[in-house]
Amino acid sequence: MFRFASLVVAVLLLTVPLAQGQGNDPLSFNRLMPSPDTRNAPPAEDGIHDAASEGTHMLQTPREAFQPLPESNAGNYVDWVTALQEEHITPRFDLNDPTRRPTVMDLNIVREVKGSMPDVVFPHKEHTEWLDCSNCHPAIFIPQRGANQMSMAEIMLGEQCGACHGRVAFPVTDCRACHSRPKDGAQAAGGQ
Amino acid sequence: MSVGTRVRHRAWQGGIMAAALLALVMTLLLAPSEARAEYGDVVMNNYSDEADMRPVVFPHWFHRIRFRCKVCHGDLGFEFEAGGNEINMLKIIDGEYCGACHNGNIAWGVENCELCHTGKPGTETQVHGSTLKRLVTPASQSQ
Ligand code: HEC
Ligand code: HEC
Ligand code: HEC
Ligand code: HEC
Ligand code: HEC
Ligand code: HEC
Repeated sequence: MFRFASLVVAVLLLTVPLAQGQGNDPLSFNRLMPSPDTRNAPPAEDGIHDAASEGTHMLQTPREAFQPLPESNAGNYVDWVTALQEEHITPRFDLNDPTRRPTVMDLNIVREVKGSMPDVVFPHKEHTEWLDCSNCHPAIFIPQRGANQMSMAEIMLGEQCGACHGRVAFPVTDCRACHSRPKDGAQAAGGQ
Repeated sequence: MSVGTRVRHRAWQGGIMAAALLALVMTLLLAPSEARAEYGDVVMNNYSDEADMRPVVFPHWFHRIRFRCKVCHGDLGFEFEAGGNEINMLKIIDGEYCGACHNGNIAWGVENCELCHTGKPGTETQVHGSTLKRLVTPASQSQ
């Protein structure tokens, strides 16, 4: 009985740290948050790709591709807006024609927010760089100022802005990117 | 050994066993941790598991370096929903969805099964890193 127990323990001592890294250490600094050095991991180590597949090892590692790109502090840890503005990347607007450019619409919509949080500024400019009007209108938003009910709770559940933010576009943890206009009415310092 | 120590010894062994089993279960549960998958990676597994193929992993980050969202979600008709487009191989070889590009012309062709079908078998259809999955709950501590 005791020998079996020590065998199990010995095997576990070997496998647990390999499988979980710091995750199993009761005194690890971060108990719930994944460690920063696991970010942008190679596909073979990312937990959803099968390391036993040959294809997995042919894929690019995000960390390598992101090296020359401006950083952000969440999501892919890439500031995609700046990456595009500063032409670090030139994603095609047309499937076949690399020279076509989007028609950008510069229209800010301010949504006043109850409570302490700064007001939300929705910039059409940054969105129409990437998206077509029909990606949002009318399925996600009626194109009329103030016509859409929005709330933070619904956004976190994936509605409204949460249709993209928190899935592919920068995540909702970046509060100030959206809540960018101070309550006194002064123009936003950053974020747009 | 007195009766008292033996009972204590047993209890101690039992404790180790319980801890060991718990740790084993945790290792099995947490080993395929998704904590590190890249934000926006979509796993598609409507049909793959059943067809004995690995699920498909679609990397948004890789494609958005090359194309604006509008190309796929506007022109090519991809709906914003993981698994929602019901993509299959027939549609792909007919030039729809992934097949609009993975045709040996814009990007490598469909014969490279291994490059798309790279997911761990059994991984559910999902978009990785979504807000809901990231909320710290007892069931998702590894996220
Ligand atoms: C708008 C065009 C387009 C569509 C649609 C598209 N891809 Fe791609 N994909 C590309 C291009 C371009 C590359 C780069 C090819 C190269 O390296 O030669 C690529 C590369 C990839 C890679 C390899 C990434 C790496 O690390 O090198 C994978 C995996 C992939 N695509 C999967 C998919 C899947 C799955 C779909 C459908 C759900 C899809 N793609 C739809 C254009 C597209
Ligand atoms: C990322 C989503 C998104 C995209 C893409 C988008 N819009 Fe909007 N649009 C919004 C939101 C959000 C509002 C504000 C709605 C509200 O306040 O209830 C809005 C409001 C509007 C309004 C109303 C303005 C007013 O003063 O009443 C118009 C007009 C409009 N959009 C046109 C467009 C056009 C044209 C395009 C394409 C060039 C476009 N939108 C692309 C999200 C989007
Ligand atoms: C259809 C998808 C979509 C929807 C819906 C959407 N966004 Fe965005 N948003 C994007 C994308 C893509 C970017 C580019 C940056 C990125 O991907 O992280 C962006 C960028 C932004 C930026 C620019 C940040 C900067 O660095 O300048 C702000 C602000 C923003 N979104 C706010 C909102 C708000 C507020 C809403 C809801 C009213 C909303 N978005 C809805 C896709 C979307
Ligand atoms: C993608 C854009 C976006 C991000 C990121 C974002 N918010 Fe919001 N937030 C909104 C919008 C839009 C509203 C609704 C404004 C309105 O009522 O028209 C809102 C409303 C709110 C409200 C008012 C109460 C409510 O539910 O309407 C609070 C509080 C709030 N947000 C807090 C936060 C905090 C804290 C964060 C960061 C963890 C955050 N928000 C990140 C867009 C965003
Ligand atoms: C460009 C990416 C891509 C390539 C290359 C690719 N597939 Fe797929 N395949 C998909 C996607 C996306 C699905 C749908 C996944 C799901 O929802 O389960 C799929 C589904 C399947 C399915 C199940 C559905 C069906 O149509 O029967 C089989 C079987 C399959 N693929 C086999 C293959 C084989 C064999 C090859 C190589 C000849 C291959 N695939 C190459 C993307 C790809
Ligand atoms: C190369 C094609 C391609 C490009 C470019 C692309 N996507 Fe996607 N997108 C997909 C595919 C494929 C899916 C999964 C569809 C499925 O599983 O049926 C998807 C799914 C999504 C979803 C749904 C995720 C969920 O929660 O279910 C969102 C949101 C999304 N994309 C946003 C974006 C945004 C924002 C951009 C631009 C920054 C973008 N996509 C660029 C192909 C693309």
